[in-house]
Amino acid sequence: MKLDIRYFAWLRERVGTATETVETEAATIADLIAELSSRDAGYALAFSDPGAIRAAIDHELVAMDAPLAGAREVAFFPPMTGG
Amino acid sequence: MTAHPIRVQSAPFDMGAELNAFAVSLPGAGAVVSFTGITRDLATGDLQAMEIEHYPGMTETALAAIRAEALARFQLVDAMILHRYGPLAPSDPIMMVATAARHRADAFAGAEFLMDYLKSRAPFWKKEITATQSNWVAARAEDEDALAAWSTADRQPKA
Repeated sequence: MKLDIRYFAWLRERVGTATETVETEAATIADLIAELSSRDAGYALAFSDPGAIRAAIDHELVAMDAPLAGAREVAFFPPMTGG
Repeated sequence: MTAHPIRVQSAPFDMGAELNAFAVSLPGAGAVVSFTGITRDLATGDLQAMEIEHYPGMTETALAAIRAEALARFQLVDAMILHRYGPLAPSDPIMMVATAARHRADAFAGAEFLMDYLKSRAPFWKKEITATQSNWVAARAEDEDALAAWSTADRQPKA
């Protein structure tokens, strides 16, 4: 499955890119994080603290066990600081 | 109803003008409440800029959902949310919310609800930049607690 991935704030800085397209068979957000973390040190560092990561599928905030089936765009970011 | 109840923009805004525009047509309203967040300088007094990043697309969706939830939950005539992104200078207005209701209790509660939700559920991230360093602002546990409090019985809207 082809997925667009977007990164924000310090996740974007650690990963080194704001957006990329990946080919993956990951079933859930957590699976995708595990797959990305194994790529290199930057990704591993970005995802090293699971409690500090939030995820969205197609603009909808989701839990780590959310299934990726049917997803087009996944985003990873730290806890939000609006207002 | 205000013409553009959700706005996400880099341009500065005039909070007085925004509030006046919001208050032009509010049939049945007897109370308007607004909150404006401004860029706070650091304790050390050396903030050069606050850079606000957001997630175009999701931001608008999240703000619209938060506004819809406030309208459903409180007796509001109308509500608006305006949030900036990009580089801001100390004391620049960052964002504002305004609510209108028949009576003040709903207007106050609605505005507080909007703020508590968008603090932790709207995809914005703040970075504080000084001459020597830059730091991403960490989310505060108090903000998450304030959000959770809306699910408990004592913060349910009065019947």
